[in-house]
Amino acid sequence: MMRFLLLFSRQGKLRLQKWFVTIAEREKKKVIRDMTSMVLARKPRSCNFLHWRDLKIVYKRYASLYFCIGLEDQENELLGLEVLHRYVELLDQYFGSVCELDIIFNFEKAYFILDEFLMGGEIQETSKQIVARAIESSDMLQEADSSDSDWVEVELFGWP
Amino acid sequence: MSDVVEKTLTALPSLLSLDSQSGSGKLSSTSKLGSLIRGITELTSKHEEEKLIKRELVAIKEQVSSPNTTMRQMKEIMVRAIYCEMLGYEASFTYIHAIKLAQQGSVLEKRVGYLGVSLFLNESHELLLLLVNTVLRDLQSTNLIEVCMALTVVSQMFPKDMIPAILPLVEDKLAHPKEIIRRKAVLALYKFYLIAPNQVQHIHSKFRKALCDKDPGVMTASLHIYLLMIKESPDVYKDLTGSFVTILKQVIGGKLPMDFNYHSVPAPWLQIQLLKILALLGKDDQSTSEIMYDVLDECLRRAEMNHNITYAILYECVRAIYTIHPKSELLEKAVKCIGNFVLSPKINLKYLGLKALTFVVQQDANLALQHQVTIIECLDHSDLMIKRETLELLFRITNGQNVTVIVEKMLEFLRFSNDDYSTIDLVGKVAEVAEKYAPDNGWFIQTMNAVFSLGGDTMQADIPNSFLRLLSEGFDSEEEDRHLRLFAVDSYVRLLQEDPAKLPQRFLQVISWVLGEYSHLRDDLEATTVTRLLARLLDLNHTSNETRSWVLTAMMKLCEGPACAALVQQVCDRYTGSLDTVLRQKAQELQHLSQDAELRSRVMTRRCTLEPLEVDSSLSFLDGFVSEALAAGAAPYKPPHQRQEELSQEKALSLEPYGLSLPVSLSSCCISDRQSPTLLSVSSGNSTDPSQRAAPTTLKLDGVKRVWGKQGYLAQKEVVEEAAQVEGPSPLLSSSQQGSADSPQTQTPTPEPDLQRQQLASALFVGLGAQNAVCLMGKTDAVPQRFRRKPRGHGSSSGSVERSSLSSHSLLGNNLLDSTNIPSDEVVSPKNTERTPDLTATNGTCDPEETPSPDETAAHVLPLTSGIGMETMEPATHTDPDRPRNPCLSSHLPAELSGMARSDIAPLCSNRSLALSACTVSTEDTFLLILFVSNSSDSDVQHLLLQLTCTGELEVSCLSDGAPEELAGHGVAVYKYSLVMKTPSPQVELAGVVSYEMPLGEPQAAQFSHRLYLTDFIRPLPVSTEEYGRMWLSYTHDTKQNLKLVQDDQDPLTATLNALKEKLQLHVVDIIGLEGIVACRLLQGQPCLMHCRVHDNSLAVWLRSPVLELPDCLLYHYQKALQEH
Repeated sequence: MMRFLLLFSRQGKLRLQKWFVTIAEREKKKVIRDMTSMVLARKPRSCNFLHWRDLKIVYKRYASLYFCIGLEDQENELLGLEVLHRYVELLDQYFGSVCELDIIFNFEKAYFILDEFLMGGEIQETSKQIVARAIESSDMLQEADSSDSDWVEVELFGWP
Repeated sequence: MSDVVEKTLTALPSLLSLDSQSGSGKLSSTSKLGSLIRGITELTSKHEEEKLIKRELVAIKEQVSSPNTTMRQMKEIMVRAIYCEMLGYEASFTYIHAIKLAQQGSVLEKRVGYLGVSLFLNESHELLLLLVNTVLRDLQSTNLIEVCMALTVVSQMFPKDMIPAILPLVEDKLAHPKEIIRRKAVLALYKFYLIAPNQVQHIHSKFRKALCDKDPGVMTASLHIYLLMIKESPDVYKDLTGSFVTILKQVIGGKLPMDFNYHSVPAPWLQIQLLKILALLGKDDQSTSEIMYDVLDECLRRAEMNHNITYAILYECVRAIYTIHPKSELLEKAVKCIGNFVLSPKINLKYLGLKALTFVVQQDANLALQHQVTIIECLDHSDLMIKRETLELLFRITNGQNVTVIVEKMLEFLRFSNDDYSTIDLVGKVAEVAEKYAPDNGWFIQTMNAVFSLGGDTMQADIPNSFLRLLSEGFDSEEEDRHLRLFAVDSYVRLLQEDPAKLPQRFLQVISWVLGEYSHLRDDLEATTVTRLLARLLDLNHTSNETRSWVLTAMMKLCEGPACAALVQQVCDRYTGSLDTVLRQKAQELQHLSQDAELRSRVMTRRCTLEPLEVDSSLSFLDGFVSEALAAGAAPYKPPHQRQEELSQEKALSLEPYGLSLPVSLSSCCISDRQSPTLLSVSSGNSTDPSQRAAPTTLKLDGVKRVWGKQGYLAQKEVVEEAAQVEGPSPLLSSSQQGSADSPQTQTPTPEPDLQRQQLASALFVGLGAQNAVCLMGKTDAVPQRFRRKPRGHGSSSGSVERSSLSSHSLLGNNLLDSTNIPSDEVVSPKNTERTPDLTATNGTCDPEETPSPDETAAHVLPLTSGIGMETMEPATHTDPDRPRNPCLSSHLPAELSGMARSDIAPLCSNRSLALSACTVSTEDTFLLILFVSNSSDSDVQHLLLQLTCTGELEVSCLSDGAPEELAGHGVAVYKYSLVMKTPSPQVELAGVVSYEMPLGEPQAAQFSHRLYLTDFIRPLPVSTEEYGRMWLSYTHDTKQNLKLVQDDQDPLTATLNALKEKLQLHVVDIIGLEGIVACRLLQGQPCLMHCRVHDNSLAVWLRSPVLELPDCLLYHYQKALQEH
């Protein structure tokens, strides 16, 4: 299962954190520090996997954002990459050409989407449509949001 | 990129001002967070950010405490608070408001409240108790969204103790009409299963219902739980194999709704989950594996698309194929698949290819040969992860021939690595292979030097410990030991002369100990020189006090002569006043010893022989002092483990030691007696794998093309006759096959590697290839191990029952390969001893049933050695009913023995004219071996002579006088021996030879052997509890171990002790609650006492005896008895 999922910027600023197991605050800080420094130090054309303590770290960069998960030993690294990819797809579907600012200004929405996608460190729902429906139904009463998402910015998918 | 952000950020203010202009409630919420974010991005220093956030938090605090704040405003405040926390600033005053928001808010506000709770608090936070009621209410809500939120938060974090409160509600949700609710409920239960498995034990049947849910999503969710449960006890769920196979078939066949597709691959997550489950179910189980061969094959076939997700499935499929019972056809396909990974230009796939290869070479090292070129490329890869994984792979294929190159590569990596975790891991691996395959002493010492220097003070404590034990216990040859120690001394003296300041503390400790202990071996090295070098260490700034005490101990062993004494005096002057009590004590000791040569020679005897010093570790000489103290009202002593248990029962702080430092025990020369460190090296678990998996892997070579020869990189290739090679590999055969380069096989084009690579390849892959099939039978055994530990070392170091197979191997000592025979022998013999009395009692004379049936005897047949002049053996002679073989020997039993408990008469060896059989008779104080020599020919046998060659462990005395020199046709001669085990040993081989002459024939001889076990020589020791207590204190040698408890609902302790009594003759002295004491003795020898205590699900056993080897050997039989139970 997954132990945590972190989103951070190229400058090492944390954008989203999700912990699937109980971890002490100090330990969380250490993980975040280690992840940002390790992942940001990776050279281009390196593989997307790292080891950290007994965990497998899988990370991927989408535009200016790094998505990073800590997997337990038996997990499949390639599948981890696809978990990240599907999450980005879900964000993209919700925000429409998602960019880092969408996530900064609407981070709570990013959390809600994540909660529909993952649960207890495991995949809960892989279908884009079903996640969208679930989010929609709980958003129902939500105000039609301001023009935040119309800002012109580099899309996460715009990068190779 | 950053300028893009810049641009966007400059565009922000106008957008944000737009928001603030509108002034409506909706937009202001965005703008407040927006202005906070904007404010932060505009700042230039961390300090300013801090100030801004502090201001923000003050504002938030004011707002939340104001009674006028509405829930809607609270929601917006909460989002800002979450943001501040994400930036690393504490906003703990908002936690309670998050809970309130979840409690009182409308659906949307509640959602933010729950989000805040799940981000702010964790499982053990006390505020969480306030949430329980809210969750309870929401779980019962008619609003689906509220139920969903409650289930989500429950799976994120919920206090363990409160699970029972909500469990029934969550359970009910398993029957909810909406599949999304059912799915979330299953995942919530999965989470409960993870954190408190016993709380959900009673609802296993409901999991099964979830598995059969009509919605595939719910079924998928239930697989998470099943994976866990199957991992714990695969046997219970074997019946589900068929269902899992069917599900996987349907998934692959595209029977699921399109919703489940991911990039047009059907439900990849589900596929992988199922593959993982199947691998667990099929592991070591042929019949279950057979059910899944087809679907695995199809899975491999279907996953063709060139997409990451299909590779993920393939990777999992390969792992499954190599985990379950092998099928050559599938293995072949899997190997091909791994090849695609390894050769892929995509770096992620290459990485996984290496991982897969690492996984499979444990079963067949030859698979690495096909990818030599890639492996060598990866070894120089710029990505450290790839490099690291390659080293892992090389570690698995290390053998005696390539060890130097591989270790060199590993050390090279270590010099660059700055990651502690991988350094610790790799250092352990280097130490492991160095010890296992070291080609010579010099290399070994050099390598260990590198290990100690690079490993620093973070490496596992057992590396220096086992290194020192290796040096001190020695190996097979005295000359070698001396050589190795000399080498170490020389090398350390050189290191100290250079620059000791850069050496890690652990290494300095090792150096001090070795120099103290062995520098006298080097004649031209003055003790003063060494002492001076050591004294320099004391002066170094960074030397820790622990190291200093090692140094002082070394000096105690060295201080000889006036020159030394002066130097030592200086040192003592400095440290007798040290604030560190240990140092001060050491310095005092040193001072006394250096001044009193006579005392020193008595205390610091130089151990030239390997005989361990007798150390009274029970400190019995202090008994008087203790009883005085007790009389004066002192509390009785409790051993550390007991204290610890009591403490842990009281839920106090854990007093588990963080590491073991052994300066005192090592230096006081009680090597044999000290408690071995129980820290298992992380890597050592791996090392046992190849040998354990050895048996089923022999077949796996089938159909695998062997492309590379044992010399490594070969230009030509040949197809090897698989079966023949695997069955009877011989160096001759393989080399001749390599010579036949004219094989008509097509040559796959290989890139021309440069000379350097070619050399590296042949260095790395030497020793793999054809003759490696031998290694597959048991990799560790086949390769001659340079530093084979003495049995003693292993016996005391094996820390757990799981490792019993390892320790039993080493305990057997003399013949590792024979160990496969033991279980069957062992199972049969004790049973027979019990059974036979009835038979002999009812019928003292010849009883046809008495003759062992062929089936039974088969187990008893011991390795037969053909005699010198003996005619060729006829196979299965004793099963041939036509021959008057093995006549009723029991009638020949000496009269005084009839009616006594004895084992079956087992044939030992036979030829055309003579047959030898044996049985054993156990009485209270003797153990008798009766040998029957029966003449099966018609003519007389002359000059009959039976000789037993006894090993050191056994004392054999012949009880039958005047054994006949001649034996008439079909006559039987009976020999009676009394056996006593002098030195305890798990088992001994009693060998012998019978020589005789046939009339008109050459002298002939037949050899035979009979195996005896320690269990034969163990007798109960009837003592009272008081006597036991006295004896316990006076014994010096002890061993502790955890044993498996026999599962018994009523009383596992009694059940376990009974199981032991079944196999061994023991006297259970007393059972008090969870503790039991047991006593036994070696026949005509010393006693052994056992104290055992039920602790968690195991039996903590503590054995004590005056004899060094007895506890270890007994433990070995205890483990075996319990395993067979």
